[in-house]
Amino acid sequence: MTMRVTVTVNGTEYARDVEPRLLLIHFIRDELGLTGSHWGCDTSNCGSCVVWLDATPVKACTVLAAMADGRSVRTVEDLEQDGCLDPVQQGFIECHGLQCGFCTPGMMMTARWLLDRNPDPAEAEIREILSGLLCRCTGYENIVRSVRWAAEHPGERQ
Amino acid sequence: MQVPSHVEYERATSVEHALALLGRPEHRVLAGGHSLIPMMKLRLAQPGVLVDINGLAELSYIKLDGAELRIGALARHADLLDSAVAGQHFPIFHDAERVVADPIVRLWGTIGGSLCQADPSEDLSAVFAAVRATAVIRSQHGDREVPVREFHLGPYETVIGPGELLAEIRMPAHPGTGSAYEKIARRVGDWSVAAAGAVLRLDKGTVKQAGIGLTAVAAEHFVAAEAEDYLRGKPATEQNFGQAAKIAAKHCHPVPDQRGPEDYKRHLVAELTTRALRRAAARAGAPA
Repeated sequence: MTMRVTVTVNGTEYARDVEPRLLLIHFIRDELGLTGSHWGCDTSNCGSCVVWLDATPVKACTVLAAMADGRSVRTVEDLEQDGCLDPVQQGFIECHGLQCGFCTPGMMMTARWLLDRNPDPAEAEIREILSGLLCRCTGYENIVRSVRWAAEHPGERQ
Repeated sequence: MQVPSHVEYERATSVEHALALLGRPEHRVLAGGHSLIPMMKLRLAQPGVLVDINGLAELSYIKLDGAELRIGALARHADLLDSAVAGQHFPIFHDAERVVADPIVRLWGTIGGSLCQADPSEDLSAVFAAVRATAVIRSQHGDREVPVREFHLGPYETVIGPGELLAEIRMPAHPGTGSAYEKIARRVGDWSVAAAGAVLRLDKGTVKQAGIGLTAVAAEHFVAAEAEDYLRGKPATEQNFGQAAKIAAKHCHPVPDQRGPEDYKRHLVAELTTRALRRAAARAGAPA
């Protein structure tokens, strides 16, 4: 049995008929074709699938698309606005915050949420909020530096 | 690829609506989903119909009501960690919530869901047992109250029956009480190898009431009852804490697994119980 799900993703409303068991990450990637969010461990351990559901980050492998019905989702595709990168994205460029890039969407969406709530986080606060996200290139040092760069350059969209 | 098996979905629009839906067989509560959805992926849970209660804002609160702290079942882990009133009266909650899963999972996982999951390694079950909390279970016939120490029937099994919903967890906030939680895990976000929670109510340096909860070591109802009995009425001293911790370690039933052998887990229980009692006493105002 399918159900009608209507979700506003990055400001655009999408309606799809989906099975209730469909996970949000597959809805975003396979139904909508937004492949910026990555499907990683499938067990809510790695965090590469983090998106915002309404205004709160969630591991999209552990929430049903049905639960997002009538709500809004923000993905990594929405960070860049009018051709200008978000300071978090610029920070990852400046500080080499990614190597393979697999964990990057989750890292960036989590970092943007942190900075919206706490514009000047200490390194320990950055490490804490990212503690549920895995980088297998072991780039944590540079990821933390990237988030700090974004905190220090809040107005720099490039 | 892990995908749940076929399931139907209903969204509850009110507590009454949820209770009506839950009266039917095959219906199961979906709150944060951070335990249930992984269980469904592994086919350890195969509900026929999910009843999504995430919209029920009336079940999402943390407040002091007279001398009682009341936590709505839909409050999230992050809400409890952020709650100043909860931390003031029960610092054990903030100790525990810092080590439950990870910060993103804590934004979605619910307090009620943790209790109802009844995982033997779940931190909050031991915490609520230590503080002697009461579960308020709602049905169309009204509310019933069950002490958390009688809430779990065994692994993944609780007293909640068809047509019932955990609505609230409440506990008395006594003055002169201190509490703490100590956990050892292999890495951030992991389950406990072992953990201990302690609640002490002191009167002039004497233990008036003690609560000791143990996580992941198969303590009956998550409680170290013999150690609590030992401490009651005794001076809150390091020596008595050490003896109570030994009793706690002796009376639990840890199972050797990939997280460690039995003797190591008993060692952890003794050490973590001592540390939790020490910090609880300090927070209750006992001289160091």
